[in-house]
Amino acid sequence: MRDNRTLRWMLFAYLALVFVFIFAPILFSVIFSFNSDRFPTIPLGDFTLKWYQKIWNDADVWEAARTSLIVSLSTATIATTLGFATAYTDYRYSFRLKPIYLGLILLPPTIPLIIMALAMLAWFAKLGISGQIMSIIIAHSVLTAPFAMAIIRLRLSQMDPSLEAAAWNLGASEWGAMQRVIVPFCKPAIISSFCLTAAVSFDEFAISWFVSGLNKTVPVIILEIVTGNIDPQVNAIGSFVFLVSITLVIIAQTVLMTSRKKED
Amino acid sequence: MAAPLVEFRSVVKRFDDFVAVDGVSFTIEAGEFVAIMGPSGCGKTTTLRMLAGLEAPSKGDVLMDGRVMNDVPAHERDTPLVWQSLALFPFLTARENVEFGLQMRGVAASQCRRRALEWLDRMEIAEFAERDIASLSGGQKQRVALARSLVIEPRILLLDEPLSALDANLVIRMQSVLTKLQRELGITFVYVTHSQSEAFAMADRVVIMSRGRISQIGSPKDIYRAPANRFVAEFVGRNNIIVGKVTKTTAKTATLDGPLGNFNVPIGKHDAPRKGDMARFVVAADRAQLSVTKPKTGNAIACSLISEEFIGSVVTLFLEAEDGSELKLQLQERELSKMNLKSATTVYLNWEADHAHYIGID
Repeated sequence: MRDNRTLRWMLFAYLALVFVFIFAPILFSVIFSFNSDRFPTIPLGDFTLKWYQKIWNDADVWEAARTSLIVSLSTATIATTLGFATAYTDYRYSFRLKPIYLGLILLPPTIPLIIMALAMLAWFAKLGISGQIMSIIIAHSVLTAPFAMAIIRLRLSQMDPSLEAAAWNLGASEWGAMQRVIVPFCKPAIISSFCLTAAVSFDEFAISWFVSGLNKTVPVIILEIVTGNIDPQVNAIGSFVFLVSITLVIIAQTVLMTSRKKED
Repeated sequence: MAAPLVEFRSVVKRFDDFVAVDGVSFTIEAGEFVAIMGPSGCGKTTTLRMLAGLEAPSKGDVLMDGRVMNDVPAHERDTPLVWQSLALFPFLTARENVEFGLQMRGVAASQCRRRALEWLDRMEIAEFAERDIASLSGGQKQRVALARSLVIEPRILLLDEPLSALDANLVIRMQSVLTKLQRELGITFVYVTHSQSEAFAMADRVVIMSRGRISQIGSPKDIYRAPANRFVAEFVGRNNIIVGKVTKTTAKTATLDGPLGNFNVPIGKHDAPRKGDMARFVVAADRAQLSVTKPKTGNAIACSLISEEFIGSVVTLFLEAEDGSELKLQLQERELSKMNLKSATTVYLNWEADHAHYIGID
């Protein structure tokens, strides 16, 4: 029994360490965003909101925030639609090349971001659509659609296989069954996937940096600020980005979990 | 003469290499309660799904009112199905589930609501109308599923093992709900099941399927008293199937000589077997009799008593013949108590000659 307890304690400590390594930098960034000192040192200086005031008054930051918002909302819409469509084809049809079809869809997250970013840049340049907001949206949609597909596919796998046929049996056409049964059943997964893909897009730096041209997103402008000099306003922007992302992720999780609990 | 409500004409259904339904022909008249029964994989559900338009026949025709339905899509047929899983929509309330079929038919919202509530009331679950499906019990879900199918006022209702998820008491209750409904509505029920008790308790006619083919069609009594072949005799159960080699034949009887003895069996409408054929006959467990002394005439098999099983007033005795084969016999409990079985080491299973039912050669 003693061994068991030691093991449990060690596992717990290990888990705690993982969380510390993940969240400590973010926590410190949030703390320093309220610190009046120019350099992030301990002991802390006074409490201040001046960094937040500074970014509030910075037109570039506002512009970046607007771009990020447009990009992440458009990405979420496109990726979720694509993800839903592929998850549904996988659920509904079986065909000979399906493993290849699924492999192709699930491929993007396995490619190193930097490679994908460079490839996207080259490809967009060739098509003559680089450096536009649209190019970031396309690239982000490619990157995040697999996540959307995975979430919605999981939901579809929980569906009673007779449910769709039951709708046809009661007089719903294929399209009617899609609108009245499949989409409502997948709604929690659709909302969740929308939030997650929006969060990923909102956070994403490498691809945005390569393909954005003059349309900087928030992570891109953070890098520009830090490369110039050490400026605590990045802490303020970082805190803001973290807040947005974590909110989206929490919404996504809650929607999925409550829907599951309700049906059990 | 008017065309039957449903007709299957030499229907075949293949899934890749697997033949699920292999040349099935039968008709169903309006107002009948028909059960399609068979072991799993016999093609009964596929047959039902073809009737609903959820599968297309590979060969042959499915007709309704004399019209070939092969190419009519599921949503244009009025053949509502009560699913084994019930397939209620979990994101809708009980009332919204019932309204679904009406909405698909373009019925006005207020009408939908009124008719859905009427049916929920008729199924005695009006108080649960606004509840989520997940919060209902098995029996209540069953009633919602029935209401959802019947609210569109179909002429035929298809049921695919709808009671398989319920416990035994509830099954009996729902059986009487179903038979009562069918009689009141006067519509056709096609009921797929693997359960003999459900089929025999409710159906006017039973279609027994095996390996994609029809083994027998008849009233429950026909099938029970006169199984057409060995498969039906075994599937229906409670039968003693006795085998023997044909040693003598007349126009009406055959003499079979087997491990259990030498028996004279009426062959009914069957073709006369030839000498040397292996043939079988059935003695239903409730038609067999028991005696402690060997009867002077007639057919009897000496056995020892293995065990007994009481179900209410009926006792099933399990016997073992001298060659080790198991025989069954059903008696009223009060008849059994008159006999002095305790002291008997050997008992005799016997039957009147015309209670033996010949089922043909192998």
